[in-house]
Amino acid sequence: MSPRTRTQLFLISALGLATIFTWGFRNLPPIGDYRGPYGNLISQVAVYERHTTDVVNSINYDYRACDTLGEEFILFASVLGVLLIFRPSTSSNEARNNQKNKSEKRQPWVEDQLPVSDSLRVGMMAMAGLMIVFGVYIVVHGQLTPGGGFQGGVILSSVPLVVYLSGNVKAFDRIVSASSIKFAECCGAAAYAIIGISALFFGTHFLTNIVPLGATGDPFSSGTIAIISICVGLEVSGAFVVLMEVYLREVIDERLGKKS
Amino acid sequence: MILAHVPYFVAAWIFLWGLYGIVTSKNLVHQVICLAIVQTSTYVLLLAVGFKTGGTAPVFADIPVGTVVVDPLVQALMLTDVVVEATVMALLLSMVVKANELVGTIDPEELKIMQG
Repeated sequence: MSPRTRTQLFLISALGLATIFTWGFRNLPPIGDYRGPYGNLISQVAVYERHTTDVVNSINYDYRACDTLGEEFILFASVLGVLLIFRPSTSSNEARNNQKNKSEKRQPWVEDQLPVSDSLRVGMMAMAGLMIVFGVYIVVHGQLTPGGGFQGGVILSSVPLVVYLSGNVKAFDRIVSASSIKFAECCGAAAYAIIGISALFFGTHFLTNIVPLGATGDPFSSGTIAIISICVGLEVSGAFVVLMEVYLREVIDERLGKKS
Repeated sequence: MILAHVPYFVAAWIFLWGLYGIVTSKNLVHQVICLAIVQTSTYVLLLAVGFKTGGTAPVFADIPVGTVVVDPLVQALMLTDVVVEATVMALLLSMVVKANELVGTIDPEELKIMQG
């Protein structure tokens, strides 16, 4: 099929789909007129039942924890997939070396040795410390304020990028190639499942909140919700740093003058 | 009727443009980003479904008793997806890199090796 016919075919079917959408939207309740019972119900009971003030996280890590476990394993599996696809193999190394020889002259984005300004270097270094504190704060206060493992994990994983921006490629290399990062990622994923299974030993259902709930509003409240949030934070930050390492490996090696 | 349903139409609009990008794409990286755009339309749809007029965020810290809050369920659904989507995109992009290494092109039209 030529691209032209395909586009025409798409436009016709898209028009049909748009018509169906419009027809379907006709009888939906207008925006702001919420009718579902579940949102109201869970907003009313979550603070009382789970001692969390952020209801979104009590859903994610308690009411709907089994689902979040699945999502977390999607994350884990896709990082595993990236590692598998980029695994060092002889044939791909040869292909890469051939490409490198061919395009040795035209790769200015790798070669650019523009010196990083002092203000950027100092500013970024100061920011790295702040970002670590902020990321950890977001992870451990997930049950109280908006945040939690997913958001805090992403903030924490961007700390190495800040180090990279400040021109300290050697430090970046040391951070991202540390084996403890991969270990932390696996531990985060495993700990979530283990917390779920340990509920079975208390004679309750999988992923039941078995830890004492504590006082609402206290950082040590909400039982397993806070613990799972920390596990997810470990896993997410580990996953993103592993991805960075895989994607930037070549650039790091060239910057450091290593021959792969 | 139209004004009260604008977010639904925005979701459909983003979805269809993302599909258009996937269909007409000449570059696999572009195609992956179009897929992410298609996924973004679900966020708009979910937010539209869960919104209540005058509602605030479903965080019960420092707000008076009886305050209207928006549906926390749809927000929980979205939250995990935003992060998972990023890693799935990384997986897809790594496949693009591999395709470029094996076939030497990232134009989906020229990936004859994929024709079954």
